[in-house]
Amino acid sequence: MFQVDVDYLKKAKKRKDYAGRVILVFLTIGGLVFLLPLVYLVCTAFKPPEELFLYPPRFFVSNPTFDNFKQLTMVTANSLVPFTRYLFNTVLITVAYIFCLVWITTMACYPLSKHKFPGKNGLFKLVTTALMFVSAAAGIPLYLIITSLHIDNTYLVYILPGLASPTVLFLMKQFMDQVPNEIFEAGKIDGASEWKLYTEIALPLLKNAQATAVILTFSGIWNESATSTTYIYKEQLRTLGFFMSTIGGGVARQGVAGVAALIMTFPSIIIFVIQQSRVMDTMAHSGIK
Amino acid sequence: MAKDKNKNNSPAQPKKRFFNVEKRFGYTMHEMWNHKISYGLIAPFYILFITFSLLPLIASAALSFFYWNVLEAPVFNGWTNYVYLFVDDALFLKALSNTLYYAIIVGPVAYILSYFLAWFINQVPDKIRPIYTLAFYAPSLTSSVAMAVVWSVMFSNDSAGYLNSLLMNLGLISEPILWTTDVDWIMPVGIIVALWSSLGTGFLSFVAAFRGVDRELYDAAAVDGITSRFQRLLYVDIPQTMPQMLFAAVLQITSALSVGATLAGHPTPEDAGLTIMLHLGDYSGQRFEVGYASAIAVVLSLLIIGLGRIAFKILADKE
Repeated sequence: MFQVDVDYLKKAKKRKDYAGRVILVFLTIGGLVFLLPLVYLVCTAFKPPEELFLYPPRFFVSNPTFDNFKQLTMVTANSLVPFTRYLFNTVLITVAYIFCLVWITTMACYPLSKHKFPGKNGLFKLVTTALMFVSAAAGIPLYLIITSLHIDNTYLVYILPGLASPTVLFLMKQFMDQVPNEIFEAGKIDGASEWKLYTEIALPLLKNAQATAVILTFSGIWNESATSTTYIYKEQLRTLGFFMSTIGGGVARQGVAGVAALIMTFPSIIIFVIQQSRVMDTMAHSGIK
Repeated sequence: MAKDKNKNNSPAQPKKRFFNVEKRFGYTMHEMWNHKISYGLIAPFYILFITFSLLPLIASAALSFFYWNVLEAPVFNGWTNYVYLFVDDALFLKALSNTLYYAIIVGPVAYILSYFLAWFINQVPDKIRPIYTLAFYAPSLTSSVAMAVVWSVMFSNDSAGYLNSLLMNLGLISEPILWTTDVDWIMPVGIIVALWSSLGTGFLSFVAAFRGVDRELYDAAAVDGITSRFQRLLYVDIPQTMPQMLFAAVLQITSALSVGATLAGHPTPEDAGLTIMLHLGDYSGQRFEVGYASAIAVVLSLLIIGLGRIAFKILADKE
C-alpha cells in the first residue's frame, strides 16, 4: 500500500508542471508592470531637455545625459543653506532614529516575550490595538505636547515622536516568542544578570528582526519632510526630503525633480536588496495568534 | 498558548518582603517589585508610546466634546460636534463616502493581490524568488511625494500625457481625459496609484509566511492524495498562514481608511477627492476648530478599530 503511494509521488514529480510555468510567466509580466514607473523615473532623470518635451512622449531615454544632475547642483547652489547641510541632517536623523528605534524595541520585546510580570498581557494588547492607530488624526494634541516639551526646532522632534513603533515592536515580540525559553534559563543558571541576558543573548538572536526594523522604517525617515514643515523654523535643521519637495515638479523642472526623486527612492531599495533574506526570516513569525 | 509556558523568573525566596503578600493587592505589588528590571526594559518604549501616540489620541477623544479654537479656553458642548458631523456637515458625508469608496476597493484588492502574488512567488524556484519579491515590494518603498513626478506625467490632462496619448493612438478615446480634474476620474486614478504602492509590510509578511510553511506538511498531504498546488493552497497554505492574514488585514484596514490626498491633490473640483483625513486636516490646520476635528478623528479611529475587531473575529486563532 505504502509502496503505491511513493510511486504516485514520483510520477507526480515527473509530470510536466504547466501551472508552474503559467505562474512564472504571469509573475514576470506583473513584475515588469510594477517596475515600469520606477524604470520611467530612472529614464526621466537621464533625459536631456529635448527628450522630456517630445511629442508624442517617449518612455525610454535615447541619449542619456547627466544634465539634470548638473541642473540639480545649480538649483542647490541657490538654496538657503548649503545642500550638504540638508544631506547631513537627513543622514544624522536617519542613523540616530534607526539606532534608537532598534534599541528601545529590542529592549521592550525581550521582557514582553520572556518574562511574566503583572500587566504584561494588557501592555502587549495595547500594542496590537495601536497597529490600528492613525497618529496623524491627533495632530493638534501632538503639536501641543511637542511644543510644551520644547523639542520643536531641534533634531529631537524628528526622532522622538515616531520612535515607539507598534508594528516593529509587534514583529520583534512575535519573533522573540519563537526563541526557546531554555536559552535564557541556561543563562540565568550561569548567573547572568537580566541586562546581560538582553545584551548577550537576546540582541544577537534578534539580528534578523533588527534588519527588518531597518527596512520598515528607513524609507519613512529618509523621506521625512512633514516634520520639517510643521516643527522646524530654522532652515539649517531641515531635511533633504523637505528640500526636495520645494524643488517641486512642474513641467519645466521635470528632469530635476526626477533626479531628486531618484535620490530619495534608491537608498531604500538598495537597503532592501541587501537585507531581504534576513527580513524574510523575521516576517515568517509576523502572525497575530 | 505559548506565553503560558514562560517560566516565572522571580526568585523562589525573596530576601525581603516589601508588601503584604497574603493580600491580592500586596501580592501584585510584590510581583511588580520582583520584576522591576522587566519594567525598566520596556519603560523607554512605553513612555514614548504613551507620550506621542496614546496621549494625543486620548486628548482628541476628550476634546471632541468641546468647542476649542486654540486661542480661547475650550468650551464644553456635549455631543454637538458629533450631531453636526452626521446631520449638518454635507462635506463630511462626502468625505466619508469617498473614503469608503477608496477603502472598499483598495483594501480588499491590495490584500488579495498581496496574498496571491506572495503565493505565486512561493511557487517559483528559490533562487529567483528575491527578484520577484523586490519587483513587487519596491513601489511601497517609494515616497508619494517623490513619485508624483512620475504619475503627474503619466496621468497628465493634456494629449501629451502618456496615458492620454497612448489611448488616443489606439483610437479608444478622441479627446484627452482630464484624469486629475474630471470628477469621475479623480478617485479611480487615486486608487490605481495607491494599488501600485500597496504591496507593503503585509505582502512581505505573506511571502515570508509561505516560505515558512513546513515542507513536511506537503508530504503528509501528498500521502492523503493532495498533490496539486491548488489543493495544497486550500488545505495546507491557507490554514498555515492564518496568523499573518490577520496581521496584514489589520495593517491594510488602517492604511486604506487613513488615506489622505490622492494624485489630484487637495482641494479638488466638487470635492471629488476629499477624504476623511483631508477633511480633518482642514478643520484642525486651517480653521483651528480643534474640537470638531477631534470628533472626526474619533469617528475615523472607531471605524478602523471596529473593522479591525471584525477582522480579529474572523481570522483569529479560536483555540
